[in-house]
Amino acid sequence: MGARTFSCHKIAEGIGEGEVIISKDEIMFYLVRPETGEIIEKAHDIEGRSVAKKILIFPGGKGSSVVQSDGLYQLMMNGNQPAAMVIQHPETVLVAGAIIMEIPTVDRVDPEFYEVVKDGDRVRVDADSSVITILD
Amino acid sequence: MELTKDLRDMLDGKFGEGARLALKVQVGIGECFDAPRMVPVTNAHVALSNQEADLWFAEKMVKLGARAKISPTVNPGFCLAYFKDKNMVTDEEAEHMRRTHEAYKALGCRLTYNCTPYMDTNIPFPNEIIAFSESSATPFVNSVWGARTNRESAQSALCAAITGVVPEYGLLLDENRKGDILVEVRAKMEGDFAFSLLGYMGKKIGPGIPVFVGLGNYVSPESHRNLGAELNTSGAYGMYHIVGVTPEAPTLEAAFGGKKPLRTVVITDEDFERVLETEISDPGNRKIDFALFGCPHTSTMELMHIASRLEGKKLEVPLWIMTSSLTKTNAEKMGLLDAIRAAGGEVIADTCSDQPCWHLYRGKVGVTESPKCAYYPRKRGLEFVIRDMDTCIDAALKGEVE
Repeated sequence: MGARTFSCHKIAEGIGEGEVIISKDEIMFYLVRPETGEIIEKAHDIEGRSVAKKILIFPGGKGSSVVQSDGLYQLMMNGNQPAAMVIQHPETVLVAGAIIMEIPTVDRVDPEFYEVVKDGDRVRVDADSSVITILD
Repeated sequence: MELTKDLRDMLDGKFGEGARLALKVQVGIGECFDAPRMVPVTNAHVALSNQEADLWFAEKMVKLGARAKISPTVNPGFCLAYFKDKNMVTDEEAEHMRRTHEAYKALGCRLTYNCTPYMDTNIPFPNEIIAFSESSATPFVNSVWGARTNRESAQSALCAAITGVVPEYGLLLDENRKGDILVEVRAKMEGDFAFSLLGYMGKKIGPGIPVFVGLGNYVSPESHRNLGAELNTSGAYGMYHIVGVTPEAPTLEAAFGGKKPLRTVVITDEDFERVLETEISDPGNRKIDFALFGCPHTSTMELMHIASRLEGKKLEVPLWIMTSSLTKTNAEKMGLLDAIRAAGGEVIADTCSDQPCWHLYRGKVGVTESPKCAYYPRKRGLEFVIRDMDTCIDAALKGEVE
């Protein structure tokens, strides 16, 4: 089966490619270890797993209007930010953080994408052209 | 997005590079949410955090010559004079706070260093369009005061303060302020702590605007504060309604604007117990090293209560109470500070729980009345048992918590 493409909507510009990690829970990036990209929040869907350089698929951001950006910034300083973010429920705090920290981010993805994408797939997110591609 | 001539000029850099960058960020946000235009704001609150990203962005704005058109109130970092004097911060940490102070001063902010501006220092009017960041501040000004703001981040609120405008979308518009989720509260709601636990139900409530029923006809300012703070720890909520209490929810029909709820959620005592015991609190029945209150900042009424509970007693472990400098000044006049100090406690102004001044408690276990207080400092290695305020006071008196 060849590469499959899906439409999406740009939130923060840029292009990112990497391995998919899917979180069912919303994410607060402050509770991610900057040195490893691991989620340290108790009882979180992907607690203990790393978001570094991944295509991070999750519902959206949550929590503090203050430290969400700091979490993303600390990951950037360590080169452990997600390669791109794919979200369903944009809210201003995460959107502002993604734009300021320049992490390619999209939403409004073709619903079919969610039916086929799985952990570990290689995916390319092109926010500038509003296209997501599941690579071979 | 359609921009006025003034705003196009701003985006071209005619009002300076700082204003240009601030507006550019806001246009990006506006485009994400399909905002058709920008509208003026008349008030703002910037949730500064005295952390690296925050200082990086604020200093960048200073360097680019930005200045607040609408002077915002600001969040606490830590009280430099106090913690430096007590040797509780390193030189580097003190320097970081000093730079935060200088940057926000240069930007022309009101240096209130308080995370509950809606209590006394920055209260908006009904329907006023504003830009408020800070977990508990955004839902409080929308839900209780009836002002209109989206859930701004510290940085996007600073951008709004600089440009004097916000993109028009979301909670600025009537149709987006109606309820989505009916939340039937069947849990016992005694005291302000119950509202913290109710706020921590974000995972069960899910995304949207919750409409709470079953909360009676009076909810204290502290309970609203706790509800909003924890809704925005467990989730992301710009606004809520409480039927018969908040101004845009005189009736259930008004709260939903005639729509049907997307879903109904029932909250019980078991939900509270499960979240408290298995998700957010360290186990009880243990010795503790300290107690920390005031995330968000403690009110005058709470200081009165704490002082009365401590009268004639001695604390076994240190009790720290964070509040605004205004509340602390009032408490001093009222004799509350003396009463709390006599027991061995301390009231600290201008300070947040998630700051380096608390690093002496790394690896230690404290008690707090605030799930939010337990959540963020986890990154700094502080652990907490979470209980209601009276249980926490008893624990600090005994040195152990039930």
